[in-house]
Amino acid sequence: MEEVRLMKGNEAIAEAAIRAGVDGYFGYPITPQSEIIEYLMLEQPHLRTGMQVLQAESEVAAINMVYGAAGCGKKAMTSSSSPGISLKLEGISYIAASELPCLIVNVQRGGPGLGTIQPSQADYFQAVKGGGHGDYRLLVLAPASVQEMADFVDLSFELAFKYRTPVMILSDGVIGQMMEKVVLPPQKERLSNEELIKKYGSWATTGKPASRERNIITSLELKSERQEAHNHKLQAKYKEISENEVRFEKLNCDDAEYLIVAYGSSARISQKAMQIGREKGIKVGVLRPITLWPFPSDEINKLADQVKGILTVEMSAGQMVEDVRLAVNGKIKVEYFGRYGGMIPSPNEVIEALEQKLIGG
Amino acid sequence: MAEILTPEEIIKQGEPVFVKTKLMTDNTLSYCPGCGHGVAHRITMEVLEEMGIGDQTIGVAPVGCSVLAYEFMNIDMQQAAHGRAPAVATGIKRLFPEKYVFTYQGDGDLAAIGTAETIHACNRGENIVIIFVNNGIYGMTGGQMAPTTLEGMVSSTSPHGRDVEMMGSPIKMTEMVATLPGVCFATRQAVHKPGLVRKAKKAIRKAFENQKDKKGTSIVEIVSNCNSGWKMTPVDSNIWLEENMLPVFPLGDIKG
Ligand SMILES: Cc1ncc(C[n+]2csc(CCOP(=O)(O)OP(=O)(O)O)c2C)c(N)n1
Ligand code: SF4
Ligand SMILES: [Mg+2]
Repeated sequence: MEEVRLMKGNEAIAEAAIRAGVDGYFGYPITPQSEIIEYLMLEQPHLRTGMQVLQAESEVAAINMVYGAAGCGKKAMTSSSSPGISLKLEGISYIAASELPCLIVNVQRGGPGLGTIQPSQADYFQAVKGGGHGDYRLLVLAPASVQEMADFVDLSFELAFKYRTPVMILSDGVIGQMMEKVVLPPQKERLSNEELIKKYGSWATTGKPASRERNIITSLELKSERQEAHNHKLQAKYKEISENEVRFEKLNCDDAEYLIVAYGSSARISQKAMQIGREKGIKVGVLRPITLWPFPSDEINKLADQVKGILTVEMSAGQMVEDVRLAVNGKIKVEYFGRYGGMIPSPNEVIEALEQKLIGG
Repeated sequence: MAEILTPEEIIKQGEPVFVKTKLMTDNTLSYCPGCGHGVAHRITMEVLEEMGIGDQTIGVAPVGCSVLAYEFMNIDMQQAAHGRAPAVATGIKRLFPEKYVFTYQGDGDLAAIGTAETIHACNRGENIVIIFVNNGIYGMTGGQMAPTTLEGMVSSTSPHGRDVEMMGSPIKMTEMVATLPGVCFATRQAVHKPGLVRKAKKAIRKAFENQKDKKGTSIVEIVSNCNSGWKMTPVDSNIWLEENMLPVFPLGDIKG
C-alpha cells in the first residue's frame, strides 16, 4: 500500500529499500548518511520481509559483502559518504568487472581528505569517470528530493539487474538530511530462492546442480585476448545503457536564452535562481540531469543551438562543467559557478554569477 | 596352474586404489609440481563429496596462487579481491544461510591485507569454514616476505633474512582468532605426508560438520610448502618445512 510520510532523505532510502524487496544491506556508519543503517537497525526488516542488515567492520568489508551477496543473485546494497566511498572503490571495480547488480548510495560530504560533514557534490568525477581502476562505468542517478531518494531505490535495482551492473545513487548531505513529504511505494515481495534460481540461475552462484556447469563470479582473465574481449563486452553494455537510459528534467527551457545545468540539491537552488532571474526579465531555464552517467549530452548539445550561454551550478570546484563543455563542443560559452568545502550556493549568488559570467561577459 | 593376468585384467578385477573426486575438474592444476595447494584442494573437495554437499556449497577463492581455485573445484565459486574473502563469504552466508560457504586463503591474503576481514568474520562467528594455506611466503607474486615468514628466512623482500626488529615476528593468526568466542574450531594441519593428509582431511570434515550444526567459524590452517618461492626442490622443501616451519607453527587442534 502507498503511504505518505514526512521523512529525511536518508530515512526514505532505508524505508524504500525494505519496500523494494532488498535482500541485504551492508554498511559502516559515516555522517551525513548514518540514518540509513540506523533506520534499518531500528526497523528490523528481517521481521517485515526477511531482509538482512549488517554493520560491517569497514566500508571495504561492506562492499565485499555486497559482492558476495550480489554474486548469488540477491538484491544487495550499501551506503556511505565520500571518504567511505573512496574505500569501496576497489570492490566497486570488481563488482563492475564481474557484472554484478547492486546499489551503492553516496550521500556526499565535502572533501578532500576527511573534509567536512557538510554537503558537497565534489565526488562527481569519482562517480561518473570510474573512480576505481580499469575501464568501467557506474550508472549514476542523482535525486533532487526526498521523494526521488525513495523512488530511485527500486529504479536502481531494476536497472542494475537489467544490465547486470552496479548502480549508484549520488546524493548529498542536503537531500540526505532534509525532511520532505514522501509517497512511499507499496511493498514488493522478495524473491524466494526458487524464483531467484529460475531468474538468475544461469550466472549466479546458488550451488551447482548436476544439470548445469559450475557458475563462477570472477574478474580475472590472464589471457590478454580474452581480457580484451571481456572489456569489449562491458563497453557494448555501456553503449547500450548510454543509448537507452539517459534521464533528465527540463524547466522553462522552451523560450530560454540562458541555461543552467545543475543536478541534485544544486538543481533545487538553481530552480529558485531561475524564478528570481525570470522576475528580473532574464529568460533562463534549467536542465537537471537525473542520470549523471549516462549524461544528457545530446539534449544539452541541442539546447546549445538555442541558448546564448550555459552556466553549470555545482557544489564542487567545477567538475560536471567539463561534461557540459564536451557536450556543447565549443558552440557557445559554458561557465561554472559553485561553492564547495561544505558551503551551499544561494539562489541570488547563482543569478548574479549568470549575469556576470554570461550576460555581462 | 594359476593364469598370468595382464595389467588390464588386474585393473578390471581389482578395487581402484585411487579415484579422483568428481568435485575436482579435469583441468591441469596451475600449481608448481610438489606444491601443497593441490592436495589441500583435493581433500577439501573429497570432504564435500563424502558429505554429499557439493551442490549446496559456494566457495570463495582468494588472490594468491589459489586465485584460480575455481578452475579446479567443480562447484559454484566466487573470486574475491585480495584479503576480502571472509567479507565476501559473509555476504553469501548471511543471505544464503542454508548453503555451505568456505574461503580458501593464503597467508598474505588472510594474515596481512585481509587481517581485518578475517578477525571480524571470526568475531561475528560467521557460520563458514576458512581453509588457510600457510606457506610463509607470497607464492603468487614471486616469493616476497609474508606476515608468516620465519625469523631470518630469506625472501625477495627480505633478502638478508627477516629481521624481526624491523618487521616483527611471524604472526600466528589461527591462535589469535581462536581466542574469539565466535570461533568454534581452530586447528593447524599439514599435507606433506600421507598420514598428515588423512588428519587434515578429518579436520576439514569436522569444520564442515560444524557449519552443518551452525556452530560458528571453523578455521583449518594448513602449513604448506612453497618449493618455488623457497627456491628448493619439493623434497627439500618438505624437509625444511618439518625442521623450520613446524617448530614455529606446531600442528594440532588449538580450539574445539
Ligand atoms: C590489492 C592487491 N595488492 C596486491 C596484489 C598482489 N598480490 C597478488 S597475490 C599476493 C600475495 C599472495 O600471497 P598468499 O596470500 O600468501 O598466497 P600464496 O600465493 O602464497 O598461496 C599479492 C601481494 C593484489 N593482487 N591486489
Ligand atoms: S609458487 Fe609456491 S605456493 Fe604457488 S604454486 Fe608454486 S609452490 Fe605452490
Ligand atoms: Mg603464501
